[in-house]
Amino acid sequence: MNRGDSSRRDFLKKCATGAAVLGAAGKAWPEPVMRAEGMPLLAAAEQTAAPGKSKVVIARDAMLRGTTTTVDSSRVLSLLDRAMQSFFNVDHPAEPWKKLVRPGDTVGLKINTLGGRGLSTNVQLVEAICERLQEIGIKAQDIIIWDRDTDEMDRVGFRTSTADNRVQCFGTDRIGYEDELSTFGKVGSRLSKILTQRTNVMINLPILKDHEGAGVTIAMKNMYGVIHNPNKCHPNGCDPYVADVNMLPAVRSKMRITICDATTACYEGGPGFKPQYSWQENALMVSQDPVALDYTSWQIIEKKRAEKKLKTLEAAGRPPRYIATAADAKHQLGTNDPRRIDLIEVSA
Amino acid sequence: MNESRMWLAACTIALCLAVIAVAGCNRKPAASGSPFPASNEAAGWTKTGETRTFEAADLWKYIDGEAERYLKAGAQRVETADYRFQNKIDAVVDIYTMGAADSAAKILDSEPAGDAKSVPLGDAARLYGQSLVFRKGPALVRIVAYQESAETPQAMLDLGRKIADRLSR
Repeated sequence: MNRGDSSRRDFLKKCATGAAVLGAAGKAWPEPVMRAEGMPLLAAAEQTAAPGKSKVVIARDAMLRGTTTTVDSSRVLSLLDRAMQSFFNVDHPAEPWKKLVRPGDTVGLKINTLGGRGLSTNVQLVEAICERLQEIGIKAQDIIIWDRDTDEMDRVGFRTSTADNRVQCFGTDRIGYEDELSTFGKVGSRLSKILTQRTNVMINLPILKDHEGAGVTIAMKNMYGVIHNPNKCHPNGCDPYVADVNMLPAVRSKMRITICDATTACYEGGPGFKPQYSWQENALMVSQDPVALDYTSWQIIEKKRAEKKLKTLEAAGRPPRYIATAADAKHQLGTNDPRRIDLIEVSA
Repeated sequence: MNESRMWLAACTIALCLAVIAVAGCNRKPAASGSPFPASNEAAGWTKTGETRTFEAADLWKYIDGEAERYLKAGAQRVETADYRFQNKIDAVVDIYTMGAADSAAKILDSEPAGDAKSVPLGDAARLYGQSLVFRKGPALVRIVAYQESAETPQAMLDLGRKIADRLSR
């Protein structure tokens, strides 16, 4: 218990202070868990992470907004390149994407627009990803930017597009959910047809946020946006619902990577945008292990809460228990053990 | 005989319709009107979108993840509309209709005050650099601005006062 607490404190310190490759060698966590069409999806990251560890990259740019309040498109593209190249340990901006997708893939970019303007996936980030995907041969019409609701997307700046030869952009409300339930554990949900029928690869683009019920909402919780009944999955701090949703076969098999938009983040009052509880982290976080990414992000939120003299989420009665559940023997979605997380921080 | 039965049935239906109509009116007092100020009612503010309403059962569609807290406190609905101040500041106004003044207080008091300024508005109010939250009776009002500038707090306060006036009617 003490050892775990100490380990977590060390991790938190390293999150705050700079580049870190965490110490004690951990035993490798189970077999690569996310596979699609025979492609071992963690393989690429495993090649660049320390043995037996999950890699999480945090890339920051203090000048991401220049002197304005909005992020600068060219700096976002540079930041994305730095994050992805660091994650895959490659020199050219196109290389990471070649490890994730192939021409002919239909790629879904699952954004998060629930928080509304101010706390949603940035359009500039999504445009940068579309640019890189097209550079490696993904056709524009084979890219779908999506979330649950087209109006919500429109409100935060994603213009609806269903025209031929263009990047597609619309919500599940346009084509609906599957008729049949997909089930795992306590979850029984109908999945978005964008996930099941229109795409074979998913890139997860969540936000770094506090969450009133779940504690935090980052990579795994963003999958509530692919099911028809997220409102039924909030009891008990969303535990084990978040982990169970991520176990649904279509979610698990199509997920390739998470790129968390932590340009603006929120340490209290989430998931909606409340400027008084938000801060500009000016960062992107990348991982193929959603549990490791969520654990790392949670520590960042705790650090900010401590700065603001707020209780820890545990003391506030809403620790994100679902993160440990996602790492347990039943789920094995990744690791929440800081000794098994290879945390790399890069700055502009 | 048949005619008298038909007459009785017609009278029963008419009575039912009258009861339903009266009940409906009770749910929405005629004097209340919209709490959202029209364009330029608050100097410099333009209402840029239609008012959207989410009843309690659909609250999650607007604030999924936070809905439970509001429902536990007795939220009945939320109405929301977008505004713009002098083409410089975009904002959203959310007005929650809670079951009672205590319910509105419960929500406001559950949120850390942080560096809020206390301002004389409604029954209690907090003003931040980009946000104004206040309650008046069973209403909880939240104004969020998307741009921070020196004039943002005062502009939000002006808009908030007009909303408070309308809530008093």
